[in-house]
Amino acid sequence: MSDSIVKTIAIDAPVERVWAALTDHAKFGQWFQVEIDQSFVAGLPSTGRMTYPGFEDMPWEAQIVAIEPMTRFVYKWPATGGDKTAVETAIPAQEWTTVEFILVPSPGGTSLTVTESGFDAIAEPRRTNVMRSNDGGWAEQLRNIKAYVGG
Amino acid sequence: MSAASFIPPPPAILFAALGDPTRLELIARLGNGMPQSIAQIGETLPMTRQAVTKHLDVLHRAGLIDRHRRGREVQIALRRQAIEEARNWLNQIDAQWDETLARLKALVEQP
Repeated sequence: MSDSIVKTIAIDAPVERVWAALTDHAKFGQWFQVEIDQSFVAGLPSTGRMTYPGFEDMPWEAQIVAIEPMTRFVYKWPATGGDKTAVETAIPAQEWTTVEFILVPSPGGTSLTVTESGFDAIAEPRRTNVMRSNDGGWAEQLRNIKAYVGG
Repeated sequence: MSAASFIPPPPAILFAALGDPTRLELIARLGNGMPQSIAQIGETLPMTRQAVTKHLDVLHRAGLIDRHRRGREVQIALRRQAIEEARNWLNQIDAQWDETLARLKALVEQP
């Protein structure tokens, strides 16, 4: 189990509507603030450019991994997600992270969870766990080392 | 995608170093900022000192700890900068997702 960032949000709209906003590339672009060249297709790349003010020249690229109707939408994209310097100096292939959206119907409409994982993408053999931190993964741990780093 | 995202992330080698529960435990033990010897830091861990040293090597290569020789001992200390860098970047990614999801919610909830 890789470490990750996990966010859950309650949306007052039916699952079908949220699903459309995620998997229709034009709708996706409206809230993600990106203009995407083609439909999302599992197994195929996605290309385009950012529309976020001030960053309109930044490319969008992703690899669509899974489209499971009304339930799960997954893509991979570069971890730098638009680092201007990296793009301009053509620094080759950074690490890619995986973004997974899970939709669950709820009394109020839809519960949407997004998980971004794979920040530690450099292959390193995992050792057998003899100690497991109660603080959870490294993302949580980093947030918890507050006292020392004065955060 | 917010403007705050356009900062290079810490290298994956740093996150890979953190992606091991033993190393996470070692970092937690160094969390108060005080230098410790290898013997001190590895106390109660069910592994050899050699195994502890190997984990510390990974942390050192990732820039997470400093090592100083003090007499016959090696003292290990957390590198504040690396931890802060990783933490700040994660916080930015976290905040970005909050913003992005808020835009999704607003758009989808429109009548």
